[in-house]
Amino acid sequence: MPESSDFIVDLQQVTFSRGERIIFNNVDIRIPRGKITGIMGPSGCGKTTLLRLIGAQLRPDSGAILVNGEDIPRLGREELFAARQHMGMLFQSGALFTDLNVFENVAFPLRVHTKLPEDMIRDIVLLKLQAVGLRGANQLMPDELSGGMKRRVALARAIALDPELMMYDEPFVGQDPISMGVLVRLIRLLNDALGLTSIVVSHDLAETASIADYLYVVGDGQVLGHGKPDELMNSDNPRIRQFMQGEPDGPVPFHFPATDYVDDLLQKERKR
Amino acid sequence: MSSLVDRVASLGRVGLDVVAAIGRSGIFLFQALAGRSRYGNGFSLLLKQLYAVGVLSLAIIIVSGIFIGMVLALQGYNILKDYGSEQAVGQMVALTLLRELGPVVTALLFAGRAGSALTAEIGLMKATEQLSSLEMIGVDPLKYVIAPRLWAGFISMPLLSLIFCVVGIWGGAMVAVDWLGVYSGSYWSNMQNSVLFGADVLNGLIKAVVFAVVVTWIAVFQGYDCEPTSEGISRATTRTVVYASLAILGLDFILTALMF
Repeated sequence: MPESSDFIVDLQQVTFSRGERIIFNNVDIRIPRGKITGIMGPSGCGKTTLLRLIGAQLRPDSGAILVNGEDIPRLGREELFAARQHMGMLFQSGALFTDLNVFENVAFPLRVHTKLPEDMIRDIVLLKLQAVGLRGANQLMPDELSGGMKRRVALARAIALDPELMMYDEPFVGQDPISMGVLVRLIRLLNDALGLTSIVVSHDLAETASIADYLYVVGDGQVLGHGKPDELMNSDNPRIRQFMQGEPDGPVPFHFPATDYVDDLLQKERKR
Repeated sequence: MSSLVDRVASLGRVGLDVVAAIGRSGIFLFQALAGRSRYGNGFSLLLKQLYAVGVLSLAIIIVSGIFIGMVLALQGYNILKDYGSEQAVGQMVALTLLRELGPVVTALLFAGRAGSALTAEIGLMKATEQLSSLEMIGVDPLKYVIAPRLWAGFISMPLLSLIFCVVGIWGGAMVAVDWLGVYSGSYWSNMQNSVLFGADVLNGLIKAVVFAVVVTWIAVFQGYDCEPTSEGISRATTRTVVYASLAILGLDFILTALMF
C-alpha cells in the first residue's frame, strides 16, 4: 500500500456540478509525485475543470482535494495565493499578458513574488527561455509569436518560480507536428530535470500515452479506469477500449441523444 | 393559472439574480479595496491607470466643457436680457456648471469614454485567461488588476469634473463677454458674490466623488463578472454605459434633493 506522501495531489470523493449537470460524481484521483500523469477523456468530460479544482479556481460541492496534504478548497484567500506559488499551469491559450514583452512575461512571477536583484532576474529569465528554446525571442511582444511559441513562453513563465506541480491544459491542441514534438519533449525534459510532478490533461492519445507514466481515463463524471499506458491499451473495459482505440461508435454513442429519426423526419413532412 | 405562476416565478428569479449580483459586486468591491497591495509596485500600477483613465479622458472633457459653457451663456443671455438681467449670466453659468452639469455631464462622458474601456479591457483579460493565469501565478487579480483601476477612477473623475467646470466658465465668458458684450466686471464679480465654496463648489465635488465611485465600480465589476465570450464582453460594455448613466441621473436627483 503506497504512502499518502507518495501522492502530491489526492482527490477524495470529489463531487462537482454546474447547475443541473454533474461533472464529477464521487471521484477519487491520486497523482503520484515526480511522475507525469495523463488525464484523458472525451471533449467536454471535465478535464480542464479538474485542473481548475486542483488550483482552487473552482470549489467542489463535496469531497477533499489535498495538495501536499493541504485541503486546497478550505484555505483562506491569502493562504491559497501562497499555495499557488508552488503550482504552475500552462493554459490552452497560453494566456500571456499582452501588454508585456516575452522577457517581462517570464520575469513577472519573479518580480511580484521575490525581491531578487535585477541582474539575477535577468539570468533566471534567460535560463528559462533557453530551456524552451526562445531566448532569442525575449524582446518580442506576444502578438508577434506563433501559437506554439506562445505556449512555450507561457511554459517558461509557469516554471519561473520552480513549482513542484506543473499542470498542462490541452498542451497539444492546434499544434503543428514540429511544435507538438517540441512540447512533448519539453514536458518530459522539464519533469525529469527539475524534479517536477506533471499533470497533462489531453485528448491527444498518442502524444499523452508516449510521455505519461500513469494515465487516468475519465468520462460520464467517473474515473473509467487508471493504470500504466500499456495496461489501459489492453483493457477489457469496452469504454476504455473505445477511447484508447479511437472507435467512433460504441458505449459512447456517435449520436447525441435524440427522438426517433423516422418520427422526426415524418413530423416535418406532416407540418408541411 | 400555471402561466401566471410561471410569470411570478420568473419575476422572482430575476429579483433573486439582481440581489445576488448586488451582493457579488459588494464583496468584489470590499475584497479589491480592503488591505494593501502586496505586489510592491502598487503606485506605478496606479499611475499607469491614472494616465489611461484620467489623462486620456482630458480631451473629451475639455472640448465638451467649453461647448456646454458657451451654450449656457448663449441661452442664459437670451432669457435674462428680456428681464434686463443679462449681467447675471456669469452667476448662472457658474452655478449651473458647479451644481449640476459639471459632475453629471463629466460622469456621463466618463462612463462612455473610460468606463466602457475598463469593462472591455477586463472582460478581454478574462476571456483570454489572463485573469486565471494571474491567479495561478499566485497574484490576486482583485488587488493587481481591479484595485488600481478603481482608485484611478475615484481620483481622476472628480478632478475631471473640476476641469470641466473651469473650462465651461471660461467658455461662457468667451460668449457672454467677448461676443455678446456683457461687461466683464459684472460677469466675474456677480459670479464671485453668488457662488459659495461650501454650498456650491463642495457639494458639486461631493456629487462628482459619488458618481466616480458608482461609475468605476459598475465598469470594473461588469468586466470582471462578464461571460468570457465576445458576445458577453459586448453585452457587459453596453450594460456599463446604460447602468452607469441611469445610476448617475437617479443619484443626481437624490443628492440634489438632499443638498440644495
